[in-house]
Amino acid sequence: MNLMNFVYAFLLLLAAFVFQTTLTGINRKVVARLQRRRGPRFYQQFIDIFKALSKGSTTHGWVFDFGVVMALGGIMATAIFIPFGPLKAVPAMDNIFIIAYVLAVGMLGMAMSASGSGNPWASIGVSRALTNMLAYDIPFMMVVFGLIFAFDTSSLSGLAAIQREGGFLGWHVIRFPLGGIVAMISLQGMLGKKPFDSFIAPAEIASGPMVEYGGRHLGMLFLLHEFSTFIEVSLIVHLFFGGGATVAAFLVKYALIYTFLNIVSNVLPRFKIDQAVTFFYKVPLALAVVQTFLIIVVGMGVA
Amino acid sequence: MTTNSKDMRKTWEKIADYFRAHSIWMKWYCTGCGAIEMPPTMTSRFDMEQLGMGPMATPRQADVLLITGYLSAKTLRRVIYSYEQMQDPKYVVGFGSCTLNGGIYFDSYATMTRLDHYLPVDLYIAGCMPRPEAIMNAFDTLIKMIEKGEAKGWRHYQENHDWYRKNQLHSLKEVYVKDEFHE
Repeated sequence: MNLMNFVYAFLLLLAAFVFQTTLTGINRKVVARLQRRRGPRFYQQFIDIFKALSKGSTTHGWVFDFGVVMALGGIMATAIFIPFGPLKAVPAMDNIFIIAYVLAVGMLGMAMSASGSGNPWASIGVSRALTNMLAYDIPFMMVVFGLIFAFDTSSLSGLAAIQREGGFLGWHVIRFPLGGIVAMISLQGMLGKKPFDSFIAPAEIASGPMVEYGGRHLGMLFLLHEFSTFIEVSLIVHLFFGGGATVAAFLVKYALIYTFLNIVSNVLPRFKIDQAVTFFYKVPLALAVVQTFLIIVVGMGVA
Repeated sequence: MTTNSKDMRKTWEKIADYFRAHSIWMKWYCTGCGAIEMPPTMTSRFDMEQLGMGPMATPRQADVLLITGYLSAKTLRRVIYSYEQMQDPKYVVGFGSCTLNGGIYFDSYATMTRLDHYLPVDLYIAGCMPRPEAIMNAFDTLIKMIEKGEAKGWRHYQENHDWYRKNQLHSLKEVYVKDEFHE
């Protein structure tokens, strides 16, 4: 670690923010076209974020303020460890376990801050968000442990490089199709898209954890959302879609996966939280168990 | 409005006003019949998202308080609470004739006839009901007003708070935000 690592990390965060925010804007346009509307400008998401940051804000106690900063800081710190295609801000630190643990700082900061606002809707939203996390994490981590067992490495770029050796057919989503399906369903849950968005639910619990946020605090939450989306989609690109030999290949794969999930999200209704948990513990968990069994006992696809 | 119309904004305020004008998040206060005009404005026929507008779930997140229709004594109190929870800068749009002069309820004992005695209204949309075309037109005007820094109702409310509070107390007897959680 030297000064250049920090400069690279800063540039990587900036690139991630610009890319993901533009992609969110384009996806708002895609959704509008699905609904036969014209839709907003593609840079609307930037305007929304800067507008929110330019407004005044109120506090609900120091837990509320500190939690937002902790969440944003934790998520930005996690984003530094994600390889941006072949580029890495911090070499040899792109370990799945590091990312999983640092990511929790951001999630818990968010939960702490929302509970600190003292609004009952926020408490309901946070409890649903954490329940949802418990649901998608178990099948997802089971498949990831299978991959780590099969290839003896937990480095994201290491796993991505192994996939690229066999070309398109070497991608883990082809070699371990059940695991790929589990990962895509879990990603839908991670991103909080329909049908797993019961913790946001604007008309039911008034946007859940975000209910008391306004102005600058809300702007920080939007930033946080962009960075956490970047982390989660990048994880799947590296683990199952061969990462990126070049930055362009990485960004194209990323954009296609994100747009696909967004389109799927917009033609589905919403699960209740108990239905979401039951679903995750029935279908994806069963698929994950079968996939891990095939990897560990049969050795299918490992070769 | 008595606030002077001279442009006293700093450069960063002008930039901020550009962002505020092109990203309008609304809290709809839908007690009157006007709410029925909002779904067509929002969906594919008129598509208000192309102007950067969208509905928000809570007053804290919203920039514009859109009051669609008449207000009774009970609902006016909730409108004032909602308005005071919003973050500066914030704008109020009165929708339909009822907010303007009482409309068809002008002689009712239970409705408020003029909204701008109680809250600083930046823009009125006249009509009973205003059609979605009128709403889109009005928001186009609001965007231009915010961009030029003319929508200063929130500042007017701060500067003339005593006058507004006197009117509110005259009609409602008591106005205070009850905080059940922290009591």
